[in-house]
Amino acid sequence: MKKKFFALMMAMLMVLSLAACGGKEDPPAPGTDAPAASGEAGGAFKLGGTGPLTGGAAIYGNAVKNGAQIAVDEINAMGGIQFELKYEDDTHDAEKAVNAYNVLKDWGMQISMGSVTSKPCEATSAETYADRIFALTPSASTTGTIEGKDNMFQMCFMDPNQGTASAQYISDKGLGTKIAVIWKNDDPYSKGIHDTFTAKAGELGLEVVSDTTFADGNDTDFSVQLKNAQDAGADLVFLPMYYQPASLILSQANSMSYAPKWFGVDGMDGILTMEGFDTTLAEGVMLLTPFNADSTDERTQNFVAEYQKRFGEVPNQFAADAYDCVYAYKQALEAAGATPDMSAEDLCAAMIEQFTSMTFDGLTGDGMTWDATGAVSKSPKGMVIENGAYVGLD
Amino acid sequence: MKSLKLNKTTRRNYLTYLLVILAYVILQILGSTGSISSSLKGMLVPICAYIVMAISLNLTVGVLGELSLGHAGFMSMGAFTGVTAAIALQDAIPAAPLRMAIALAVGAAFAALTGFLIGIPVLRLNGDYLAIVTLAFGEIIKSIFNNLYVGVDKKGLHMSLLSDKTSLSEGGKLIIAGPMGIGGIQKISTFTAGFILVMITLIVVFHLVNSRAGRAIMAIRDNRIAAESVGVNITKYKMMAFVTSAALAGAAGALFAMNYSTIVANKFDFNTSILVLVFVVLGGLGNMLGSIVAAAALTILPEALRQFSDYRMLVYAIVLILVMLATNNPTLKSFFSRFKPGKSHGKEAA
Repeated sequence: MKKKFFALMMAMLMVLSLAACGGKEDPPAPGTDAPAASGEAGGAFKLGGTGPLTGGAAIYGNAVKNGAQIAVDEINAMGGIQFELKYEDDTHDAEKAVNAYNVLKDWGMQISMGSVTSKPCEATSAETYADRIFALTPSASTTGTIEGKDNMFQMCFMDPNQGTASAQYISDKGLGTKIAVIWKNDDPYSKGIHDTFTAKAGELGLEVVSDTTFADGNDTDFSVQLKNAQDAGADLVFLPMYYQPASLILSQANSMSYAPKWFGVDGMDGILTMEGFDTTLAEGVMLLTPFNADSTDERTQNFVAEYQKRFGEVPNQFAADAYDCVYAYKQALEAAGATPDMSAEDLCAAMIEQFTSMTFDGLTGDGMTWDATGAVSKSPKGMVIENGAYVGLD
Repeated sequence: MKSLKLNKTTRRNYLTYLLVILAYVILQILGSTGSISSSLKGMLVPICAYIVMAISLNLTVGVLGELSLGHAGFMSMGAFTGVTAAIALQDAIPAAPLRMAIALAVGAAFAALTGFLIGIPVLRLNGDYLAIVTLAFGEIIKSIFNNLYVGVDKKGLHMSLLSDKTSLSEGGKLIIAGPMGIGGIQKISTFTAGFILVMITLIVVFHLVNSRAGRAIMAIRDNRIAAESVGVNITKYKMMAFVTSAALAGAAGALFAMNYSTIVANKFDFNTSILVLVFVVLGGLGNMLGSIVAAAALTILPEALRQFSDYRMLVYAIVLILVMLATNNPTLKSFFSRFKPGKSHGKEAA
């Protein structure tokens, strides 16, 4: 009979799923995170984070995971403080991020790297706040991420700061006078930057001649927006968005032979490593990012070389931010004299004290400091893409 | 024969109630002794929300027989209005359970209203056409919430579209911030609230299906022309099922949203509608218990597969295909029915 069959099916499914859930409380399954787990598990700080390892935003999640992994391996090799790193996939979704966070909690995470992308991080930061686990996100940049949470810190700029910094930079360097902005109106990241950019541009006397939008689902054809910008005579187009739509905009502008100056933000980082993208189209694109892979700084060069050796590509800013996060943790933990047997709550209190008082030098800036809200203070660098590589503008 | 059949349905309904209560009690006991993982604990409320979504969609798809592809739109409507109500009443009503109940009611009411308005044009259509139009409405609701700004201050609620023109007075708070959605939501959803909502949903749906109206609705599904010819008011009964379904989805949305500190309109997109439809189809059209099991199992499954890391979603898809095949395979069904004692007249065994 159908009913009994269903009852049986249900029982089976429930037992299976519950069993599978319970099974995860055992030592972490060997996976891609295995190298970290091979350290002395007893004496290591359990460091966890969630990020989009699959799906549309996977390039960020994987960059962060890889960058953090390199830092963890280096630190573990030095002796002294040991880390055990575990990243869980959240597919850039707040619901999945909370699930992933709970998995990490079951694993025994003591300090957190938050989430990679903004909205998921807002969701997990509420959880870390409630559970008193200290979190330092490499890349979640909205104000909502750190707002009202004393144990949530950022390694990246906040969105509003990116907007004002971009407008300031364009104005200071005289890059353009008539500016077009194309932005994604259903994306908090894009909107946050757009709003502060236009406000600051108005203050600085930059003329925004064209202000057009797109959204999820109609992000493949930009001819209308580009035509609008072209007709308005914009000589610089500001693209506060991630690199996928930006790549389409660049190629479509090329096909309609519209060649203004392009200016992006940190989401543009990654465009050169995108599969199937003709990097010559990105020639001359400027972006504001705190990290320069071509820097002559020794630490940066070592990091870039190691990253290329392991993962076969040039690390972007997200990887560098994650690398810095792990080193910032190392510095703070050493200064606080923390030991891995401390509870997450005690570590949280110690970390809040350290982060608000310390100064940190990393790949993405020297002399970084944090205020009590959790926002970082560091200065951005202007970059331009030349011959398929990022080159410092200054 | 007829009374026997009715009896069977009633028995089945009571079995469903019983299993849901049993699951709740077991999970509560396990939870209080701390023997369930935080991973499962964190999923309990979303599972309840998805169960309500699946049951309510089953009312439209299984009982009314119309394919709706925009069910997440109603969830979205309930989520945003419910959370707005909860935030606006934060100071007026300090008791979280009461505020939660009001938020669920507000979410359900607004979703029902939307369902009614959408129902007027939509229910003139049938089959594929109706499916496409519901899909479109789901997208419209998503777009509206992506461009809606709602703020609250001493003077009450302020609304604007496209950009923030709410100009709140001192001490005011922007609740819905367009694409940023709602942030800083107090997490007041609890598993108990979710359980109560599931029970209410079951009671509402079972009573509707087993009533005169329910039989009219099923008559429309089975043969629209025959139903019309015997004087069944097609529009009325279709609307009844559609609006009930929308209201329950709205309550589910409010429950879901208040389990997270932040919610965005893009969460309730076409994919979510399809996900809920998968629950319904997997559980069986018109089979409420099946919907409950499918919703719970398919919400837990992707999390349970985390050990596969990069291949997780691939494994998930394969498991989904296998389960779909297995539940529809007559050989397998008869294979399982052989193990059932005291069953000599099994239809599937033949």
